[in-house]
Amino acid sequence: MTTATTPVTAGVETGTPLRTYRQMLAIRLFEERVNDLYTRALMPGLAHLYIGEEAVAVGICEALRKDDYITSTHRGHGHCLAKGAAPHLMFAELLGKEAGYCKGKGGSMHIADPATGNLGANAIVGGGAALATGAAWASKMLGQDRVAVCFFGEGALGQGVLYESMNLAQLWKLPVVYACENNMYNEYTHYSETTAGDVLARPAAFGLAAEGVDGQDVRAVHAAASRMVERARRGEGPGFLLLNTYRFRGHHVGDIARDYYRSKHEEQRWMTERDPVALHAAWLMSEGLADQAMLDRIQGEVAAEMDAAVEFARNAPYPDPRRVDEDLYA
Amino acid sequence: MPETVVTAHSPAPAGTGVRELTFAEAIREALAEEMRRDPRVVLLGEDVAEAGTPFKVVKGLLEEFGKDRVVDTPISESGFTGLAVGAAMAGLRPVVDIMFGDFMALVMDQVVNQAAKIHYMSGGLWKVPMVIRATMGATRRSAAQHSQSLHAWPSHVPGLKVAIPSTPYDAKGLIKAAIRDDNPVVVFEDKISYAKVKGPVPVEEYVIPLGVADIKREGRDISLVATSSMVQVALGAATMLEEVGIDAEVVDPRTTWPLDEKTLIDSVRKTSRCIVVDEGYYRYGVTGEIASVIAEGAFYDLDGPVRRIGARHVPVPFSPPLEDATVPTERDVFEMARQMCNK
Repeated sequence: MTTATTPVTAGVETGTPLRTYRQMLAIRLFEERVNDLYTRALMPGLAHLYIGEEAVAVGICEALRKDDYITSTHRGHGHCLAKGAAPHLMFAELLGKEAGYCKGKGGSMHIADPATGNLGANAIVGGGAALATGAAWASKMLGQDRVAVCFFGEGALGQGVLYESMNLAQLWKLPVVYACENNMYNEYTHYSETTAGDVLARPAAFGLAAEGVDGQDVRAVHAAASRMVERARRGEGPGFLLLNTYRFRGHHVGDIARDYYRSKHEEQRWMTERDPVALHAAWLMSEGLADQAMLDRIQGEVAAEMDAAVEFARNAPYPDPRRVDEDLYA
Repeated sequence: MPETVVTAHSPAPAGTGVRELTFAEAIREALAEEMRRDPRVVLLGEDVAEAGTPFKVVKGLLEEFGKDRVVDTPISESGFTGLAVGAAMAGLRPVVDIMFGDFMALVMDQVVNQAAKIHYMSGGLWKVPMVIRATMGATRRSAAQHSQSLHAWPSHVPGLKVAIPSTPYDAKGLIKAAIRDDNPVVVFEDKISYAKVKGPVPVEEYVIPLGVADIKREGRDISLVATSSMVQVALGAATMLEEVGIDAEVVDPRTTWPLDEKTLIDSVRKTSRCIVVDEGYYRYGVTGEIASVIAEGAFYDLDGPVRRIGARHVPVPFSPPLEDATVPTERDVFEMARQMCNK
């Protein structure tokens, strides 16, 4: 059983392209195990998988400091892991165990981790918008230089509080970056049916720096995020990233039959041509930064870590029902 | 009704100076003291800075604390309330001003789904030390969307605390406690009371713990449990009742959550009769909850059912005779009490 939070494969140093690969792979293998736990009826409730979108969370979080803030979404496992959360404590939370991040009180959609600046995943679409903006305000008021990143899906573009927040952020020049993950589907509805006009024109209307990025290209995401984050850290105001990506799996683990809202052909094209993990692996090899043996070694190590994390969570005890009233008030 | 109501019972520590302050002045003093004590305390809301709110409650705080700490916001109640939640998690202690309590409807997602749940959902990892000050109360001829008393809403939600002061003394002490609390606390302030209610407030600093009721008038024959401006109504009724030989006790819970059940139950055990008076809507509200707490806790001491008087179950109308018909009056309380005491 491992409890290490950041195991380091030899040669995979922080801030390097190999580390980026390892982080993306960690999310992929974590989520595959989540799906497995669900299909074997070992996990209560549902989960929303981040598979296919790994480059977004990793590219952005690799541009952040540990004490920078994030807010996350119902599809939040990738954000938590990319910001540095420990897989075994996450699995324990997903299984509703006492050892989980939130003592089993939050579950898949509410993982929070102050140690890595994670203000929490949020199951209200757009729920993190004002929170991240407020954390950025506190950072500024307290004379810190911490930046907040607000992750949200394109479905949150329909929520008014996002625009209230961007307006406040620009008025007060707050160090916040709004990261819109456009995976093309608001649950079971294509975003073109819900989203009028040009998405980037919305933040631009408030005067935010706004940029569209290929969300399957982790280096492009990292470069754009670094620009936005450092700009915000310098006090130059909030930014907005539109990350064009794709949800490889269903809205949640139980969303299997998807033909009525998108074609298998479309899914296949993204998975074979635009897989962010495979694209980065190919780039690493083409640049001579890794060979297949190295990638296999990383894969083996991450898989072993995830298996141990699942094992830890499965063996961990459930909370005592008598503790149900605890943590209601601070 | 007289221009100014002087509050009756207000315990003041012995040996200190005591001034008469209005409800608004006492609230302003609480905010100023806490802002001096703790630089993390910030005020934000619509027209709180130069204007000091339309009710002038925070007038003068901008001059002392500056624009960074007394912050005018856009008319974005949901946005700035949610911003305060995030800021509270990240180290500030924000006090949010919701100009009209009716606008609680605009911030309920931030309050109910975010602020109230974050500590619990995170297994205690994050705290949300913030205060929402909202107004309540009808009879200002402001019609249906500026007159409601919606304090039952946050009282219903686990994770929130709700204060509902009736006197300047209580308002000051409860707001200071709310600001020092590590949880989200909603404070409802009666708009009419801001200028109209005056009462003694000691010069010396004090804090009133959340969850401690106060006996505003002692009596033997019937307990009048009343909140906010209804405390003055109950006290007025008690004076009328005295003339017909009924000795009424007036109990002010001061907070709807936590609720000081023991003080309420003990009062009714003594008097054996009870009316609950509150300006919230009659149905599914504060009077219903308090009446059931008392019925469960004092059943064998009761001479009859606990009775309730709340706001009439209609949207608050504009026309003065219509509006006045929706709010509990001294006469309503007097007549019901008299009937219950068979006098």
